[in-house]
Amino acid sequence: MKPAHFTYHDPAAIADVLALLGEHEDSRLLAGGQSLMPMMNFRFVQPAHLIDLNRVKELGFIRADADTLAFGAMTRQRQIQRDASIRQSCPIMIEALSHVGHRQTRARGTIGGSISHFDPSAELCNMAVLHDAQFVLARKGSRRTLGFDQFARGYMSTAIEPDEMLQEIHLHRWAKPQGFAFEEFAMRHGDFAICAVSCLVTLSGSGAIDALAIAISGVAPIPQRLRNFETAARGQMPDHTLYREAALQAAAIEAMSDAYTTADYRRHLARVLTYRAVEKAAARFKSQGMT
Amino acid sequence: MSDTRNIAVVVNGKSYERTVDTRRTLGDFLRLDLGLTGTHFGCEHGACGACTVRVDGIAVRSCLMLAVQANEKSVQTVEDLAKGDSLSPLQQSFHDRHALQCGFCTPGILMTMTEFLEENPAPSEAEVRDALSGNICRCTGYQNIVDAVLLAADTMRKTQDAV
Repeated sequence: MKPAHFTYHDPAAIADVLALLGEHEDSRLLAGGQSLMPMMNFRFVQPAHLIDLNRVKELGFIRADADTLAFGAMTRQRQIQRDASIRQSCPIMIEALSHVGHRQTRARGTIGGSISHFDPSAELCNMAVLHDAQFVLARKGSRRTLGFDQFARGYMSTAIEPDEMLQEIHLHRWAKPQGFAFEEFAMRHGDFAICAVSCLVTLSGSGAIDALAIAISGVAPIPQRLRNFETAARGQMPDHTLYREAALQAAAIEAMSDAYTTADYRRHLARVLTYRAVEKAAARFKSQGMT
Repeated sequence: MSDTRNIAVVVNGKSYERTVDTRRTLGDFLRLDLGLTGTHFGCEHGACGACTVRVDGIAVRSCLMLAVQANEKSVQTVEDLAKGDSLSPLQQSFHDRHALQCGFCTPGILMTMTEFLEENPAPSEAEVRDALSGNICRCTGYQNIVDAVLLAADTMRKTQDAV
């Protein structure tokens, strides 16, 4: 198996990438290649021009500001997973990445590639919605920044235009201490999840919920937050009644159905995994408080 | 029609300069252009791990990389593990623990676990299983592979201590 013919470009600077994107209509950006290469090997995708980003060094970085974690689109999943400061400041990211493919695919796979591909059950898309991500898109001569709701268009579909590139991903940073949990179910370790649920929580001195975020992926065409529930939960005690309510809200998401997995089963997983994620995140916050 | 590039690659310590189709995968380049058929192609879409090689030391799928992307890089394949007739500690452990049957997946597993053991010389069984998760074996049921990797780790630590 091999890809169909294409003309290969390997620019070394962002400006050159954007010039090529503006010039060639039928082009694809090659990031880590862990999704695009299989699609080209199978000839599901046959671009006339392949623009390889692997020489663009300025697209690979992790930068921590006061309230933002910024990632260059070509930052490898392996690099993020092994970053000591991310492990410290955003431990849920490490937990989520442990479910992304395998060590050999994380060695090449990038955060920008995964998010541009926008598989509904991709762990990094879940992390993006959980952290109220901002996406910096660039085209020749201009840049724009979109929030998650503007960026996400539908099943494997984003607002990135054919002449645009996802350049940076900014995640909103949560203060420490934070409770966190990432729960997923996949048929085999490293497969795309059928359903994944992530949760971040902080509790006030009285033990009541101060801030809560719950993201559910793999159920609907776009990863979902339980925003109404998150707001309503503020000031409530984290107990089984609350976990059950979160689980019921998750199970109410309109679920996809396909040849392998029914909508009912996806809702079942959303319910079970949400209960576990919120319970675990709250327990972790409490155990941090003790130490 | 065909788009080609000249590349310079070091494979198993030997320098090669070749003209390749830009659509040539690294795995096909190794097998068809260099005749290094130890690297096996199973699924050719990144699921089975049989084609794993090391590029600048990092274990990657050679079916998901283009040969042109290995330009000016150093590649190591399974052919480079044994030194003459002397097997690497991991290969010897695979022999001693019967960690292969048909052997098709073995090159990818050896390259993956050689990298893994360099990073983690004293792994737990769970860590070995996690690191193995990207390589599919349809014969062994994995138990003997896990045993062999743990044995190799043990052997390598003892050799290290003796030095």
